[in-house]
Amino acid sequence: MQEELFTSGRNIPNIDPSLQIWHWPISLYLFLGGLAAGILFFAALFYLMGKEKQYPALKKAAVIPPIALSVGLLALVYDLTHPLFTWQLYTTFRIESPMSWGAWVLLITTPLSFLWLFSFYRSTFPKWESKLKLFKKFKFLEKFEKFLITNRTYMAYALIPLSIILGVYTGILLSAFNARPLWNNAILGPLFLTSGLSTGAAAIILLSRNREERHLFSKIDLGLIIVEIALIIHMIMGYYAGSQVQLEAMDLLVGGEFTLMFFGFVILLGLLVPAILEVIELLGFKVPVAVPAALVIIGGLLFRFIMVEAGQLTRYLY
Amino acid sequence: MRYAMVIDTLKCVGCSDCVVACQTENNVPHGYCRDWVTEAVSGSYPNLELELRSERCNHCANPPCVRCCPTGASHVIEGGIVLVTADQCIGCGACIESCPYDARYQHPDGYVDKCTFCHHRLEKGQLPACVSVCPTKCMYFGDLDDPNSEISQLLKNRKYKTLSPEAGTDPHVFYLI
Amino acid sequence: VNLLASNPLLDAAAKKNLAKKLSRTATYCEVCFWKCAAWAYTDEEGDIKKVIGNDDDPHCNGRLCPRGTGGLGMYSDEDRLKTPLIRTTINGEETYREASWEEALDLIAEKFTEIKQKYGPESFALLKHGSPGSHLEHLFKAYGSDTIAEPAYAQCRGPRETGFGLTFGSWVGSPEPTDIRDTKCLVLIGSHIGENMHNTQVQEMSDAIDNGATIITVDPRFSTAASKSSHWLPIKPATDIALLLSWMHVLIEEELYNKKYVEKYAIGFDELKAHVKPFTPEWAYGITTIKPESIRETARLMAAAAPATIIHPGRHVTWYGDDSQRERAIAILNGLLGSWGNRGGFYFKEKISIPKYPHPAYPEPKWGWHEIGEQYPFAEMGNTSEVVKATIPNEDNPYPIKAWMIAGTNLINTLPQREQTLEAINALEFLVVVDTMPMEITGYADVVLPECTYLERYDGIRSATNRHPSIAVRIPAVKPKYNSKPAWWISKQIGDRIGLGDYFNYNDFEEVIEWQLNKMGTSLDEMKKIGVKNFERTSGPLFLEEGQDYEFGTPSGKIEFYSQQLADLGFDPMPVYTHHPQPPQGFYRLNYGRSPMHTFSRTINNPYLSDLKSENTLWVNPKVARILDLKKDQPVWLKNQDGILSAFPIKVRVTERIRWDSVYMYHGFGHNNKKLTRAFGKGASDAELISKIVVDPLMGGTGLRGNFVSILTEDPHKNTKV
Ligand SMILES: Nc1nc2c(c(=O)[nH]1)N[C@H]1C(S)=C(S)[C@@H](COP(=O)(O)OP(=O)(O)OC[C@H]3O[C@@H](n4cnc5c(=O)[nH]c(N)nc54)[C@H](O)[C@@H]3O)O[C@H]1N2
Ligand SMILES: Nc1nc2c(c(=O)[nH]1)N[C@H]1C(S)=C(S)[C@@H](COP(=O)(O)OP(=O)(O)OC[C@H]3O[C@@H](n4cnc5c(=O)[nH]c(N)nc54)[C@H](O)[C@@H]3O)O[C@H]1N2
Ligand code: SF4
Ligand code: SF4
Ligand code: SF4
Ligand code: SF4
Ligand code: SF4
Ligand SMILES: [Mo]
Repeated sequence: MQEELFTSGRNIPNIDPSLQIWHWPISLYLFLGGLAAGILFFAALFYLMGKEKQYPALKKAAVIPPIALSVGLLALVYDLTHPLFTWQLYTTFRIESPMSWGAWVLLITTPLSFLWLFSFYRSTFPKWESKLKLFKKFKFLEKFEKFLITNRTYMAYALIPLSIILGVYTGILLSAFNARPLWNNAILGPLFLTSGLSTGAAAIILLSRNREERHLFSKIDLGLIIVEIALIIHMIMGYYAGSQVQLEAMDLLVGGEFTLMFFGFVILLGLLVPAILEVIELLGFKVPVAVPAALVIIGGLLFRFIMVEAGQLTRYLY
Repeated sequence: MRYAMVIDTLKCVGCSDCVVACQTENNVPHGYCRDWVTEAVSGSYPNLELELRSERCNHCANPPCVRCCPTGASHVIEGGIVLVTADQCIGCGACIESCPYDARYQHPDGYVDKCTFCHHRLEKGQLPACVSVCPTKCMYFGDLDDPNSEISQLLKNRKYKTLSPEAGTDPHVFYLI
Repeated sequence: VNLLASNPLLDAAAKKNLAKKLSRTATYCEVCFWKCAAWAYTDEEGDIKKVIGNDDDPHCNGRLCPRGTGGLGMYSDEDRLKTPLIRTTINGEETYREASWEEALDLIAEKFTEIKQKYGPESFALLKHGSPGSHLEHLFKAYGSDTIAEPAYAQCRGPRETGFGLTFGSWVGSPEPTDIRDTKCLVLIGSHIGENMHNTQVQEMSDAIDNGATIITVDPRFSTAASKSSHWLPIKPATDIALLLSWMHVLIEEELYNKKYVEKYAIGFDELKAHVKPFTPEWAYGITTIKPESIRETARLMAAAAPATIIHPGRHVTWYGDDSQRERAIAILNGLLGSWGNRGGFYFKEKISIPKYPHPAYPEPKWGWHEIGEQYPFAEMGNTSEVVKATIPNEDNPYPIKAWMIAGTNLINTLPQREQTLEAINALEFLVVVDTMPMEITGYADVVLPECTYLERYDGIRSATNRHPSIAVRIPAVKPKYNSKPAWWISKQIGDRIGLGDYFNYNDFEEVIEWQLNKMGTSLDEMKKIGVKNFERTSGPLFLEEGQDYEFGTPSGKIEFYSQQLADLGFDPMPVYTHHPQPPQGFYRLNYGRSPMHTFSRTINNPYLSDLKSENTLWVNPKVARILDLKKDQPVWLKNQDGILSAFPIKVRVTERIRWDSVYMYHGFGHNNKKLTRAFGKGASDAELISKIVVDPLMGGTGLRGNFVSILTEDPHKNTKV
């Protein structure tokens, strides 16, 4: 028994032979969204726990989310094919559309991340300020900063749910698509959230000059990596138990064109190796902490690329 | 009123006339199409079967493309026809990703386009362009809510299937088999 | 139904499209020779937007085929010939320069005069196909040449007309008078209706499916028609006559044939009975590989449905050289079943004749197509291949041809034995090509004349045989694009220049049509409004009436199972099976056929149709693919039994639809003229690989299906390219 499928009269660039509507900007956008979500989450959480003094890197890291979110948004708009109509996103809120959720969450989170950063700016980056002399040039900033500092707690309270929504959203954006069997599983939301938190923690480790702080975030990261591996195993088991189309989707990751990337770079170099290095470091051996942290970040980025690319190759067969 | 299309695979010869007719009727740019023909061969020589079918947007009753659209550009109008409003569409591609049938494409002008069931012709009392051109007359179009319509009768009396019913979209293009 | 009212947000693009007001012009399609009547829809800017079938037309019933729907691509194709071209030599290199019509026509007129003086007008041949042909035919006949041929005879229908003519005394003709819509049993011998998109045949086959007719398809390939058939007989190629004979055997031995009909209308039954006695299904099984039970079962089905049974004559039937005899066998089977003249079989066709626009009598040529093809006693039209042969210089040739005009046929991709065609072309003193596109053939011309497309011109009134007579008109929907002109104008211009003005007594062909229509009781104005006019039959009923006496057009006035005409000339009076070579080790039979979206080579560059299928593929059975280690979409090259290589690679399609001893490809692809920007180098050309033919001794048809190819996975041109 042989089955062939041919289509004639169908020659849609970007759809056939495989769907390629979303390109690298979307992967980048998902990665940056996750990274920003992770950092904002930790920053807000530790602030509310009153530990921000103990962990100075958290404040330094506050510089990342506004940049990541802005670049992410630009990347998203860059991948739109009708960008002049982008404003149409904000004429409505569509509760069933993850894109709509994302647009609105970003609309709120991005300015908030700027404000959060600004509230730490003068204390955390005195050198920058001595160069830029912003507060000298703009007198009103003094007042504004004061206002923000007094309201930091409220900002932190807002940022915790927003960052969780943002992190989960980066996964749901994909998993909401029934039509792409690789994406269509409930794990992708928590998985991308975990991965986002993990890259956030890794970024904090990279910025940290403080052993205790690095230690703590290594521990956190290790935990997240373990959860992430568990979720990935769960995801693959899910495909395995799924329908024909999901089996074929899984094949792309475990026995197809993305296998090397997925197992080599994401699982091994992006998760297992950093986990082992972090364990070794926690056991007291000397490991350059930048290595596992960088690996986690690169692994997280590649993971988004693989999921976006491979997902678009999977489709319903009928 | 619930519009639907019924296509008799036992008569379709896969000539793709439906595709050209749609392109000329709807000004679909060269290199793109709103409908296409799929050929599926099974068996081995000389015990073979061949199914030819003309495919397009299924105007699903449960359309993920409409649900995932962040701007409301994708919407459903009376009769269950799923449409895209060009100047509301940002070209985010979410609806393309969401369609299990790959029925949508990005128009070179940026917005997303797809089969409209030729609603501009329906308004004039004409059949969709593809239906009216098909040389084997294997395509039927009409109101599923009317039990006496040709399509209701065909679905009552013949064996049929829809594409990927497991995708849960409740497609409204039916294939007689 | 008012949907728009409920949808105020109708998008701007759609609104823009709807706002355009379209006006329609009557025409008939020229994308193939079915000539479906249609409406060309033109927008306010004078651009053709779509072509839609005319509801009143019996050729299309309001539905064009994909090629007709995409016909506006013939008009919009930006690769079209744009202005007359004259061959010149610049820096030692042959090339073309643009010329004015004046200059080109003067040059052609000069050549017409010169050839006439030097050799006689007979030495100027016209090779044509389609509508431009009739205008130029008039010019040639007025000039004194009847050296006229078209590929639709010796490369196409010729053998079937001979086979049916000898049996029923009537051509099948076009459109075929097959009552498919009412048939109870349709038997297709190779004829691949559904891929062969001749419109009403496809439509009626679909009606037959609706009516529950039995369809039996004999084809070595699993054709689309085979997939719609209750019985597909996957015959070994080149063995059809054996099957046909054994069907006759079963019908006669089991006394299933239509006795009353045969008794009343046929002669030679006893001879036939004795002739087919040995051809048992068991005998045929050994030859055809069709199981004896299948042969018996299908014969019984045909008989059960008779006389509403059609053994379809097919159309492109120049296969193995014994094609007229195969068609005889098909005709005899129809005779045994009584289908000729019966509902569900063949109807008595009728057409209306178009009054001749007055002109002086044509001069009598000393020789013409008939003399050139003399050795084929049953030839009834000019034979392109014989014209080619008579052009190649040869002392003993009494009919030397020195110049050609070619209109509407791309001989390079149409004729077999390309080398021979090129040899003839090289020997010509003058070659003028009238075409719409820069096809291969234009590259060999001394002068190229750009004709405007069918959507931009008047042409003769279409009158064809059908269930009832009908006429259709072709009115220009828009002005000719570029510097192109209609063939009627070209003919008249040449005629005027060479002193034949009396034959072209009008300024515009519109006047001719108007005059003819008025004579027929209608008018140009009326026809512009309706496009098609149907007439009542005047020749009597569509079918035989019970017990009706009927005289067939044969010498005996009967259906001739035994043909005295053939016997008298030393041919087999009844068909016999002869063995044809089968492919040797390492070779595969080159099978070819129609792509439903294309017409031969003429549409491959059409922007709409190339969207549907831009290149052909080589169908290869999975077994062969395994042996040769071929993968889907892998490019391969072909080399035939004479060492001829395909110019371009063709991609492999691994499919069970083809036998393991054959490969299959769509005809028309593999264009090698770079000016065809979409078609150049896309796929392979079957025509270039058909270097061997077997000629039908009755009518000179060129059997094309005896070529074998081997499959090369490495580019054989690699070294020669350097
Ligand atoms: N190898 C092979 N050879 C075959 C066949 C095959 O299947 N395989 N089929 C055979 C059969 S059945 C037939 S009928 C013949 C057909 O043979 P052709 O009629 O030669 O077929 P086309 O390749 O369509 O060539 C038509 C030519 O007419 C031009 N043309 C189109 N429209 C117009 C017009 O309006 N005016 C003018 N002046 N020119 C126009 C086109 O550009 C093209 O050059 O081929 C035969 N030869
Ligand atoms: N789309 C489209 N339609 C067309 C045309 C076109 O160009 N395009 N051209 C028109 C013209 S002019 C013509 S003449 C007709 C031709 O149309 P047909 O008369 O239907 O064509 P054939 O070439 O006889 O048939 C091709 C079929 O014969 C089968 N075949 C090959 N070898 C054998 C054999 O030994 N025995 C048997 N029994 N079958 C065999 C092939 O597998 C293929 O399926 O099509 C017409 N219709
Ligand atoms: S036009 Fe009709 S027969 Fe041709 S492919 Fe489309 S549905 Fe099938
Ligand atoms: S077929 Fe696709 S585009 Fe059409 S309604 Fe269904 S999901 Fe939407
Ligand atoms: S591409 Fe357009 S129609 Fe599709 S989801 Fe995005 S905005 Fe909606
Ligand atoms: S219904 Fe209209 S828009 Fe849809 S495929 Fe047919 S012709 Fe195209
Ligand atoms: S069958 Fe198709 S290509 Fe031929 S005349 Fe009719 S519409 Fe034109
Ligand atoms: Mo033909």
